[in-house]
Amino acid sequence: MNPGAAPKPITQAERDEILGIVTRHRDRPGPLIEILHAVQDRLGCIPPEAVPLIAGALNQSRAEVHGVVTFYHHFRTAPRGRHVLRLCRAEACQSMRGRALEQHAMRSLGIGLGETTPDGGLTLEAVYCLGLCACSPAAMIDDEVHGRLTPERLDGLLRETGGVKP
Amino acid sequence: MTVTVWVPRDAGALALGAEAIARELLSAARASGAAIRLRRNGSRGLYWLEPLVEVECAAGRIAYGPVTERDVPELLEKGLLRGDAHPLRLGNIEELPWLASQQRLTFARVGRIDPLDLDDYRAHGGYRGLLRALEIGSAATVVEVVDSGLRGRGGAAFPTGIKWQTVLKQPPGQRYITCNADEGDSGTFSDRMLMEGDPFSVIEGMTIAGIAVSATCGYIYLRIEYPHAFRIMSAAIAAARQAGYLGNDVCGSGHAFDIEIRLGAGAYICGEETSMLESIEGRRGEIRVRPPLPAEKGLFGAPTVVNNVVTLATVPVVLASGAAAYRDFGQARSRGTLPLQLAGNVRRGGLVERAFGLTVRELLYDYGGGSASGRPIRAAQIGGPLGAYLPASQFDTPLEYEALAAIGAMLGHGGVVVFDDTVDMLEMAKYAMEFCAHESCGKCTPCRIGSVRGAEALGNIARGINPEGNLVLVEELCDTMVQASLCGLGGMAPFPVQSALKHFSEDFRKRVPGS
Ligand SMILES: Cc1cc2nc3c(=O)[nH]c(=O)nc-3n(C[C@H](O)[C@H](O)[C@H](O)COP(=O)(O)O)c2cc1C
Ligand code: SF4
Ligand code: FES
Repeated sequence: MNPGAAPKPITQAERDEILGIVTRHRDRPGPLIEILHAVQDRLGCIPPEAVPLIAGALNQSRAEVHGVVTFYHHFRTAPRGRHVLRLCRAEACQSMRGRALEQHAMRSLGIGLGETTPDGGLTLEAVYCLGLCACSPAAMIDDEVHGRLTPERLDGLLRETGGVKP
Repeated sequence: MTVTVWVPRDAGALALGAEAIARELLSAARASGAAIRLRRNGSRGLYWLEPLVEVECAAGRIAYGPVTERDVPELLEKGLLRGDAHPLRLGNIEELPWLASQQRLTFARVGRIDPLDLDDYRAHGGYRGLLRALEIGSAATVVEVVDSGLRGRGGAAFPTGIKWQTVLKQPPGQRYITCNADEGDSGTFSDRMLMEGDPFSVIEGMTIAGIAVSATCGYIYLRIEYPHAFRIMSAAIAAARQAGYLGNDVCGSGHAFDIEIRLGAGAYICGEETSMLESIEGRRGEIRVRPPLPAEKGLFGAPTVVNNVVTLATVPVVLASGAAAYRDFGQARSRGTLPLQLAGNVRRGGLVERAFGLTVRELLYDYGGGSASGRPIRAAQIGGPLGAYLPASQFDTPLEYEALAAIGAMLGHGGVVVFDDTVDMLEMAKYAMEFCAHESCGKCTPCRIGSVRGAEALGNIARGINPEGNLVLVEELCDTMVQASLCGLGGMAPFPVQSALKHFSEDFRKRVPGS
């Protein structure tokens, strides 16, 4: 289901970008997670080749850096779609039919949680509470929050992103 | 005459369309030649009325809600800017019983002020606590916090002043203040509301903590799921620095204190304090074995205060009005006020700050107005994903630390999630185990393996596979996890499961063939 997601090798410009980020953060206390955030923000993911680069520059082992990347749900090693829909799966959203909304989203997008539509338009992700529990069920599309979602409203929002066919 | 109109920028209000309303108000007012000053506030916490628009009139701030983008032209036409009648008009916001009956100390300013306006903050009592702390000095500040009876609002309810005392007693050297803004519990949003609605209160609380224990450096560990809070908090830190409330010479006192934000990366366990410290240091968020306590050897090995956002934002209240005034609220060993968060399947969800002692029933029905679906309320989960499910027969329990502990429940961070009678408690029990498996840091076996096996066994019960045997297995797994886990995730994840088994056993039995 994820044709476009195979990691392609990084370019020289991306290498320079990664090393630049490491240089900027290196002297702060405990910089690794800050560096990973910055790399992911710039490149859309943490490409596998970034790990030895970061490890070398920080004087840490590759295993250590890799271990941090894999520990945190937020970090990913392959790029996502042009848009990301993050649906809340936690209790307050469940109490307001969040699971039915999730089923609906998977059905209408034709993908499961963690997957990207074949055209690379949208990635569907699970999230566990967005702090919008009094406006549940809740979701984020890219950086925008949405509450009291119904299947119809979700479909409308997805159409608005343009990346998704109705 | 220019009329001031308030539209919240709180993420909850934004999730319901507040930004579009703000835009529409500006353009419709311009089109009709009306002069308005649009101001942005946090949320008052009446989420069922969000987006809630307030207009400053002679009679006070007149509220309208819930407003949709499409209502705006008509509202303006019908005299919104004069506070005139309309079906959406709610009256003076401060007089709405839902709000007027609360005792807002920590949340006094949230929704009232522009979160990034320091003058507004000071005009509403801000920075009085810090000035008093500077006046009475380090030791007396700690005593004040001890005497207030304030206990940590992040979940463990440890007395805040005692924690500070321990840090203060350590040998001289580098110390840290860390603010736990990981707020991972489902059903909770008080940290978010404070950071988005009154960020200076968090900064002031951290600064007072810094003065109290002689720390010059503070970190806010903020979850990545809160981008709005991040933007507002960052802007507030910059503004406080600019105005001399942070930096090398806080308010000309000679004390140095500054704050940096560190973003989380989507790991629930990083809300546990030692895991949080590991994460700030840039490592995997694995639990540290105690002792030593963070207060002795915390961030980068230095003595460290770890406090929740609500705890820290309450410290200025304690300092400004005095320990005794704060202590006067509450009952037994739960002193002060508690910002409860009412969420899920409830008609009137939102933030209820009251002195400790309100019962679950009063919260669910007097404030909540019953379920959103109109069906009977069957269960309430209190204290997040590790908290117990209460059946209706326990709804007269006061929302107070010891009273909840007495029935095997816990208050946690004060979140209450409501479920109607369509809830499948076996599903909820299974989810609790799945969540634990998903978020386990992997350091100890009872949690790492027990949660996976627990979820499997509950799934088998749901499918009718050897239900009796699997029920026994679930009970055994729960016991092992409670007794042998290294930290609260594995140690408390069984609580929702055990409470579901105990109070809603029919949901488990109905799958047993022949019963
Ligand atoms: C699994 C787990 C998750 C936790 N998550 C949070 C959290 O998100 N925010 C928080 O303030 N405390 C959380 N805590 C409690 C912290 O360990 C710690 O007690 C608290 O931050 C101390 O601050 P306080 O005394 O002001 O409450 C969590 C504890 C456990 C065991
Ligand atoms: S109980 Fe779970 S989260 Fe806590 S230390 Fe053990 S494995 Fe890690
Ligand atoms: S549980 Fe979904 S937003 Fe909190």
